[in-house]
Amino acid sequence: MNEQETAKQVTIYVDGQAVQVPAGMNLIEAVAQVGKEVPHYCYHPKLSIAGNCRMCLVEVGSPMRDRQTGEAVLETDGSPKIGWAPKPAIACAEQAREGMHVRTESNLIKDCRNGVMEFLLVNHPLDCPICDQAGECSLQEFATDYGRGYSRFIEEKNVKPKRTRLGPRITLDDERCILCSRCVRFCDEIIGESFLGFVDRGSYSTLTNYPGKDFDSNYSLNTVDICPVGALTSTDFRFKMRVWFLKPTKSICTESSVGVNTEVWSREGKIYRITPRTNNAVNDDWMSDSGRELYKQVEADTRLKEFRVDGNRVKLGEALDRVVELFKVDDRVAYVGSAHASLEEQFLLKQLVAVKPGPVSLAAHEQDGDGFLISNDATPNLRGALVTGLIDQKPRPALPELAELIESGSVKLLFVVNEDLTQLGITEALLRKVDIVYLGTQKNQTSRMAKVELPMLTVFEKSGTFINQAFRLQKFHQVVPGPAGLLPDIHILSRLLGLFQGIEPKPTSLDNLWQAMANGLPALKGHAFATIPDEGVLLDASPYKHINFCEGETLHYNPDCTT
Amino acid sequence: MAAQETRMLLKYTDEPGYTPDIGCYIKHGGYETLKKALKLKPEELRQEIKDSEIRGRGGAGFPTGVKWGFIDYKSGKPVYLICNADESEPGTFKDRQLMYKDPHQLLEGMMISAYAIQAKLSFIYIRGEMFRGAKILEQAIEEARAKGFLGDNICGSGYSCDMLVHRGAGAYICGEETGLIESLEGKRAYPRIKPPYFPAVFGLYQCPTIVNNVETLCHVKHAIDMGGKEFAKIGTPGNTGTRIWSVSGHIQKPGYYEFPCGGITMGELIYDLCGGLYPGRKLKAVIPGGTSSKVLNAEDRYTGKLKDGTPFDWSINDIPLDFDSFVHVGSMSGSAAVIVMDDSTDMVEALANINAFYAHESCGQCTPCREGCLWMNKITSRMMAGNAKETDADLLHSVSLQISGRTICAHGEAAAWPTESFVDKFRDEFLAKASGNASAKPESAYRLI
Repeated sequence: MNEQETAKQVTIYVDGQAVQVPAGMNLIEAVAQVGKEVPHYCYHPKLSIAGNCRMCLVEVGSPMRDRQTGEAVLETDGSPKIGWAPKPAIACAEQAREGMHVRTESNLIKDCRNGVMEFLLVNHPLDCPICDQAGECSLQEFATDYGRGYSRFIEEKNVKPKRTRLGPRITLDDERCILCSRCVRFCDEIIGESFLGFVDRGSYSTLTNYPGKDFDSNYSLNTVDICPVGALTSTDFRFKMRVWFLKPTKSICTESSVGVNTEVWSREGKIYRITPRTNNAVNDDWMSDSGRELYKQVEADTRLKEFRVDGNRVKLGEALDRVVELFKVDDRVAYVGSAHASLEEQFLLKQLVAVKPGPVSLAAHEQDGDGFLISNDATPNLRGALVTGLIDQKPRPALPELAELIESGSVKLLFVVNEDLTQLGITEALLRKVDIVYLGTQKNQTSRMAKVELPMLTVFEKSGTFINQAFRLQKFHQVVPGPAGLLPDIHILSRLLGLFQGIEPKPTSLDNLWQAMANGLPALKGHAFATIPDEGVLLDASPYKHINFCEGETLHYNPDCTT
Repeated sequence: MAAQETRMLLKYTDEPGYTPDIGCYIKHGGYETLKKALKLKPEELRQEIKDSEIRGRGGAGFPTGVKWGFIDYKSGKPVYLICNADESEPGTFKDRQLMYKDPHQLLEGMMISAYAIQAKLSFIYIRGEMFRGAKILEQAIEEARAKGFLGDNICGSGYSCDMLVHRGAGAYICGEETGLIESLEGKRAYPRIKPPYFPAVFGLYQCPTIVNNVETLCHVKHAIDMGGKEFAKIGTPGNTGTRIWSVSGHIQKPGYYEFPCGGITMGELIYDLCGGLYPGRKLKAVIPGGTSSKVLNAEDRYTGKLKDGTPFDWSINDIPLDFDSFVHVGSMSGSAAVIVMDDSTDMVEALANINAFYAHESCGQCTPCREGCLWMNKITSRMMAGNAKETDADLLHSVSLQISGRTICAHGEAAAWPTESFVDKFRDEFLAKASGNASAKPESAYRLI
């Protein structure tokens, strides 16, 4: 049990309703336990308490005690008399204590919220029709819930800069800023470097960069997510799409083995943005800017979109027949797996290896992580390759053994998943000695030399699972359909498998596949695709304890403490 | 007999030949109290201050001994003493006299206080505009350090505490103690939220810190000198010691006047000490404790009950000049800055001036004060520009009520109370502006910059 769970429970009364909460929990969270919302702007559960928006004011009281006797003072009806504090208190900075009473719906509190809403709006431009935040704006939501409904303000509004470039990916509309300081605190506390601050005073206060300092952190776009209004905008997403047209789909970032949980926002088969999805065991509420750009690979010019045999466009069936043929010509095959592939694909590849045996290699893609949400392993699913048994040891960045096998003529056919072998220490001259079957999303030198090209779908175009650095099994869902004519990779692999096994190829589903995986792989016993929770599930990492993985410490992950 | 001043803190300051240097101070018995204090135990000194019932002279009137009692010694962190010399409340000019004319009195009071609370280091946070005061204090500190009255091993007692002068940069909010602490730490003077940041627990650099006003710290010297119980005999019960009142406005002899708390009344101050109003003028209103305190209408009768239950029925001239009486009449003694307004005053214009100040000085951290102050300023500026509306009085009043009690620091009240009270007490004038009875001024807006 961790510290949180052992914290003393206290009973507080929210509008008379008793609820048990951990002692010291702030009242915004505590009130949420009874299903009530305390409206707030500056409070963010992952940031320090600023207490500046004053939207979360509540009345706080405790049972009165007689000063002399110390006995509880009672009302005429015998209930304890509550001594209410003379002024309302901010729920974000007030901590739950035993016997505390909280009023969230009194006339005073309604008046407080009404007043703060009015104040926030007096100098706020009526930009909603063109504002990117519209539809997911706290100001709109709370104005509807707690606002006056009309304006008493007939003066001129303050004028501030409308489009300030704060950094390469951030554009600021200062007029919309409500000065909640979430972005300032995010930089100071989460990035650990100060980029933003306020200048000028009072209502003329303006958010800006530190002089001469570009807001170029790779985590800058998180400030756009946590901005409760439309002040900080993503230069990439700005004015592209109304958010109410976008459909969020739960996904996993493939940038590194951290496995950042994401939501991918799409409309009519087009992706518009990626935002982090809260997972307090993995990425909290954050993700990198570079991870948000990954959707652009979907529409990259280098995308493989056609099944090809010897350079000619064919149908899937013909391409697969050609693969079978190549195996018949010479089945001295070697496989190159991928840590970018999903767990399901790796499982099917492993089955293929069982039917048509050959050495399996897998290349490591190591990088210098940032110690936060980008690890030293640039692939999302290296652990999957271990769990599926595709490999049994830590991979290396180059494949000299494979080069040796080709050189010596003991391998005549290569089955490559998503790797450009010319980047892995195998020369083009060597590759000319073998036939290549290439399965991948992007064109590269290896695909160009392949006898058969089998295009794959990107992570956004299929569903599946990855296992991250902490052996957390996490699933991602299809966001958009892939390019016309392409099929999910598990279909291609299972059809090929069927051809080799001599059984009628039939489409497979994730659920069917997972039945086979749960039966065949001890680590996945008892799991099914449908039952994996959104926040993922930790697998037993102990069988891989001996492997010295390349990852260092990142958020919520310490390589020395993995179980 | 006409009321008179009784000077304690300002005893020598205006004597011919009295200079701010240490020689002159010592000649007048200076630093003897410090020597005496250093022979006592710190907790004995703290008890003396408790007994003296000194209340803070900065504005809130909080008992100093009680404040010192909040220091969290268990934390083991160093304790800091800060002298709040950011005297910025409009109408207030008492601390300036004490610092400019008798700096060593402040230094002695501070070193006694520092020893009493066992401070590791002490600071004087002086208002940015008082650059000459900063120089005088620097000079005084040099002199005192050379004589061993501060710094290492003070007067051979083994106790060490140095003193630093820090100049503000011209923001009113730096007079708010947590804003001051932030500023002293080198940050923007955004006041801190309380809880959890009570200075006596989490103050400067998150260490226990005591912030006291200049006048308060000067009083400490006298309280220790004469003994706490003896000091408490000056003034009235619960309102002990003398107090320096700054008087300004439509008055014959504006200036600073020191007398025991509750010793004289508002009428005696205006007519006896200050020589009355200009000829032919009539008293209209008085702001008793700096612009943030609620204005008093000279026409009103003030009735109610004192703490002990005695009923009172006062005209404005009958109000005793102490801490509690102004609370009884619905205002506060604040920084003891009396601003007198006669019948030539346009109350809307006066409020427009005050609102311009608070809109300029709101730090901008929390919503109600940030937006409310500027809004009120925009309304009163518009009213003065000849575009008043009938609804303005109610609107102003309503906006002010949406600020007070809902902000991080007391600036909310400081800014809201003038508007609330001006509209309450002089509603007719605000309504008259709308009906066009009052002459419109050509200025389009009241701005301080």
